[in-house]
Amino acid sequence: MRLHEYQAKELFKKYNISVPDGGIAFDPDEARATARRIGRFPVVIKAQIHAGGRGKGGGIKLAGSTDEVYSLTHRIIGTKIVTSQTGREGKLVRKVLVEEKLEIDKELYLGIIIDRKTSKILIMASEAGGIDIEDAAAADPDKIIRVFIDPNLGIQPFHCREIAFDLKLTSSVWKQFVGMLQSLYRLFVDYDCSLAEINPLVVTSKESIVALDAKIDIDDNSMFRHRNILEYRDIEEEDPLEVEASRFNLNYIKMNGNVGNMVNGAGLAMATMDIIKLAGAAPANFLDVGGGTTIEMVEKGFGIILSDKDVKLVFINIFGGILRCDVLAKGVVQAAEKIDVNIPVIVRMDGTNIEEGRRILFESSFKPIYTENLKDAAQKISEFAGAGAMLGGERHKV
Amino acid sequence: MSIFVDKNTRLLVQGITGKEGRFHTHQCIAYGTNIVAGVTPGKGRVRIDDIPVFNTVGEAVDKTGANCSMVFAPPQYATDAIVEAADNGIEIIVAITEGIPVLDMMKVRSYLGNARSRLVGPNCPGIITPGQCKVGIMPGFIHKPGGPIGVVSRSGTLTYEVVNQLTLQGIGQTTCIGIGGDPVIGTSFIDCLDAFERDPDTKGIVMVGEIGGSAEEAAAEFIYNNMKKKVVGFIAGLTAPPGRRMGHAGAIVSGGRGTAQEKIAALKEGGVYMCEDLCTLGEFCAEVFKQ
Repeated sequence: MRLHEYQAKELFKKYNISVPDGGIAFDPDEARATARRIGRFPVVIKAQIHAGGRGKGGGIKLAGSTDEVYSLTHRIIGTKIVTSQTGREGKLVRKVLVEEKLEIDKELYLGIIIDRKTSKILIMASEAGGIDIEDAAAADPDKIIRVFIDPNLGIQPFHCREIAFDLKLTSSVWKQFVGMLQSLYRLFVDYDCSLAEINPLVVTSKESIVALDAKIDIDDNSMFRHRNILEYRDIEEEDPLEVEASRFNLNYIKMNGNVGNMVNGAGLAMATMDIIKLAGAAPANFLDVGGGTTIEMVEKGFGIILSDKDVKLVFINIFGGILRCDVLAKGVVQAAEKIDVNIPVIVRMDGTNIEEGRRILFESSFKPIYTENLKDAAQKISEFAGAGAMLGGERHKV
Repeated sequence: MSIFVDKNTRLLVQGITGKEGRFHTHQCIAYGTNIVAGVTPGKGRVRIDDIPVFNTVGEAVDKTGANCSMVFAPPQYATDAIVEAADNGIEIIVAITEGIPVLDMMKVRSYLGNARSRLVGPNCPGIITPGQCKVGIMPGFIHKPGGPIGVVSRSGTLTYEVVNQLTLQGIGQTTCIGIGGDPVIGTSFIDCLDAFERDPDTKGIVMVGEIGGSAEEAAAEFIYNNMKKKVVGFIAGLTAPPGRRMGHAGAIVSGGRGTAQEKIAALKEGGVYMCEDLCTLGEFCAEVFKQ
């Protein structure tokens, strides 16, 4: 789960990590009130969306007066911001963070992530703050300070000192930094973060260390022990069909193509999307109905695909393991009885209880294009794609 | 021959009284697996499918000589179950559980570094040596005993698809292993490739990877430097959008890294025969493994 900057900064404050004075605003009046409370101009107005690169996308502005705070906020809220991370459609801004502007001496980068390769917690830091860490790492790996932490031992003071001295912090600042980094590590572990990033972390002209930005991702698997953090979930940042699917424990991701697909298992679902692409079409979604799925979940999943207006063809690809073909068939048939299916549906099934699944499909009034062979199914998708008209919507060309 | 599990495996099921545990215990027995014990704390002395259930792994090992464990415990208890198995000398621990927090798994892996146990998974379908022993949730009937091909994969149903295509081509399997779709797992591609390379009955390997992390790249390097047997590769996720977690916790392209394209290129460079179209994987393998 991704947190907004202002939510991450709330957590920072709990851990005594300094952040600029500020507050969240959902409309221009609130923004103006916050600016007035801060009392020093200019202030910074930052769009709160789940995407980075906001500065270049026009999502971060300086305001020199309360009136300007009002007018800028008025302009930003309700508009879509396009950044390198939002895709072409951009992201609608619904709230802004209003903050004091600090006098900055030095900008640093600091991030904590999970390193899959070593199975350790990895702290990364750099003297070049505000950078794109991935670009920087690719361009000059030696410029980035890396310290690996054994998850069972946890961070040790010397780790922090090493990083502080490598960052060439002055004597008055490095002790502050050591305390701050220990706090950030504690937060990372306490909240099961997969990413905690401060970019930039700044040294102000008054020699204090402040987190100018804040980015936190939390491991979805850990939610059972972080019920309190669920209130931070911002459903408005998510695709409505994805939210709907998640209510039924379905793993659905909306994409740009127009061949809807429903598959059991994440690996096969990805491979099925690839098959659609190879057949000359483009997947409209990723949907893994999972192994322990029920007739109701299959019905719901099929319904969600059909409710996607972009979908012109549906491909259901099931290799029955734990999910039996008869359960799948029942769910699909039930959905088809309730929803008017007016687009072609290809069903490919094989595996556990195939005979029963086949019988259920054949005896229903719902008549999908049926096959038990994957190559056959791909051929059929390719025929539809070749026919053009059906999949020819220009805006969905991949 | 085979790797990790065979007819001598004495299997213990942790979480045997839960819905999943009970169902798959039954399925594994039906396949011929020698299940000797179950463990569910507080449920000692009941029997499931005539298998004795114990309160602790220690007691189960003492009484039955179990040497392999299959873990169905839910995410909040799974790491506890894994460590309990390791501390009681279980050699192969297969964790089926999906949804274990990654920080918990990192701690377990760091701890297991000093133990004799091998952990497979979590979030995996398990291991099967066709005709001998099924430790997992895969449908047994799609497999063909006798080898000569080993299969290793990060996925579940995608592996079934691959195995089924091999079987339809008349190509049997020595052992098929799902190593799991999580970012931190116990047994890597390299561990399995190494074991297959040493197994005299395995003549070739099919390796199924997916987006996220760099395990395939590491495997490619290992194959280049250490393997004589032929490896066929397939990578899922060419069309996966960056930054999104594709079902598996570990299947995510982050910061432009971990893409299918990168992995395919690395594996090709490592000398792996890459199959780009899943629909024809069976035929592709038949061709590559012909000699």
